[in-house]
Amino acid sequence: MKQVVILSGKGGTGKTSLVAAFAHLANAHHSSDSSSAEQMRLVLVDADVDASNLELVLQPRQLEAHDFIGGELAVVDPALCSGCGICVTTCRFDAISVPSAAESVYAKVDEFACEGCAACVYACPQQAIQMQPQRAGWWFRSATPYGPLFHAALRPGAENSGKLVTLVKQMARLLALDEQYPLVLVDGPPGIGCPVISAAAGADLALIVTEPSVAGLHDLERAWGMTHHFGIPTAVTVNKADIYPQGTHQIKRFCREKGLPLLGAIPFDLAVTHAMVNGRPVTTVNCPASQAISAIWSQLLEHLENPE
Amino acid sequence: MRIAVASGKGGTGKTTIATSLALAVEGRLVLFLDCDVEAPNAHLTLKPNFVLHQPVHRLVPRVDEVRCTGCGHCAEVCRYHAIAVIGSKVLVFPELCHGCGSCVTNCPEAALSEYGRLLGVLEAGSTPTGITFIRGVLEIGEPSATPVIRQLKKWAVTPEICPQVSTSETVEIRDAPPGTSCPVVETLRGADFALLVSEPTPFGLHDLRLIVELVREMNIPAGVVVNRDMTSDGMLERFCVDAELPILMRIPLERDIGQALAAGKPLITVRPAYTAAFRDLFERIQQLESRSIVV
Repeated sequence: MKQVVILSGKGGTGKTSLVAAFAHLANAHHSSDSSSAEQMRLVLVDADVDASNLELVLQPRQLEAHDFIGGELAVVDPALCSGCGICVTTCRFDAISVPSAAESVYAKVDEFACEGCAACVYACPQQAIQMQPQRAGWWFRSATPYGPLFHAALRPGAENSGKLVTLVKQMARLLALDEQYPLVLVDGPPGIGCPVISAAAGADLALIVTEPSVAGLHDLERAWGMTHHFGIPTAVTVNKADIYPQGTHQIKRFCREKGLPLLGAIPFDLAVTHAMVNGRPVTTVNCPASQAISAIWSQLLEHLENPE
Repeated sequence: MRIAVASGKGGTGKTTIATSLALAVEGRLVLFLDCDVEAPNAHLTLKPNFVLHQPVHRLVPRVDEVRCTGCGHCAEVCRYHAIAVIGSKVLVFPELCHGCGSCVTNCPEAALSEYGRLLGVLEAGSTPTGITFIRGVLEIGEPSATPVIRQLKKWAVTPEICPQVSTSETVEIRDAPPGTSCPVVETLRGADFALLVSEPTPFGLHDLRLIVELVREMNIPAGVVVNRDMTSDGMLERFCVDAELPILMRIPLERDIGQALAAGKPLITVRPAYTAAFRDLFERIQQLESRSIVV
């Protein structure tokens, strides 16, 4: 079983639209050649757990929903708290304060700042603080026309997005192993931090989708820096390549310098947006973008098979 | 006045809006914070000359093996599984450590001390038009963006960065990372207003709902900028009406705007007519923010 993750660094470069299109292509029945090499059974993962959008295109039927308990929160018992403030100086996350208001002199926890470390619990001389587990979100197993989908919804503002990403990926891998799916395709989050590292962990190939802009190139460098740091084989594709040809040229040069395979380029095509609005993968319509994506999908599979 | 520009979905135009807003504000000291420390891009448009650099460290534990008895108390208090005791040997996993210090204060033998592990760097400078620009840059391979943002915000209010005694005349603009998880929360914490940039697509709307849920929970007044506006189904507008969320500005989807932004030009340079619109936007934000204080 192979694992491919789609990353970008910069947000909004088209990761999700590309993943949906790949999922469709992997299942497409070409009338001329029914056992086309592009066909492949796959398990899908939406690893962008705090802005999960793959479900909007794949219209999954939910089969299972589970709570995700991520981390704990410090809770103060006002009856026991003396307001001494030791917890305030102990907390390194500026998450506790003792308001000086005359009527309520007890410690208050800012739940958005608390990282659940429990340092205050150990430090409190009155034993007035306890840790409480928090439901940080949900994860789901769903069925889509193109294969099983594992996705999640992190509660807005919740911690532990990386842990949730690891969890949904693990579930997807287990299913892929059990039912002998040859490919797990992961739609990654933007950035290069914790949830991205979790999404990329163990991947056989990371495909970075960039766009020809100064920001796109800058973030491609950082995204590649991350995959390179962790030794993940990486390839690049350029979306909206014709918007700013000079930028595409710079991306090509960067890929050449770093020895990164460039798997094609996708032209700017409003059909991509229209497909998203209609909740369908773009490759369900014939347009310049979907032709380019088909070519990229073939190259990706070939590259996965024979990484030079 | 602290304005956070956020979006939920990535690539909706946060940096485009934040940078032009910063350039359009007149007669005030503008302090720009690029809080997208994983993929910071605002410097590409505002072009500051960075003159100050400051590393961000996280305190992680180190074991004095002479003093350590291998009692395992440190591993018990650590909520992040960043310390393991195998036999009588203590193993520390620095990349899992949140730097809370519990292990150090709870070690009965005082066998643990702390050292600073590099998470990233803070940089400051000023732009050609006199905006004070600061940003955080997360070290590549390092997962924790939040502490870098936290340090950036603290740095912003030190005399080194903001010499004015009164910060009331300062306009602080924070360019947030995408999403709705901890780095976004840290960016929004302490902001007086959240400017939410969305696009009229199902993805844009879905993620706008999430960020609205977050700013409401955090009690931050908010308004919306619709970017890449085009003929749409009106779902975004309906959501904003239902959520009593004012739409403060619209930027059309036009190829030449996209091209110029790709080259790193500010929106108000491409479309000078927007300068007035951004000034109005700032006025509206001030009105909405002061109204929320009265209520």
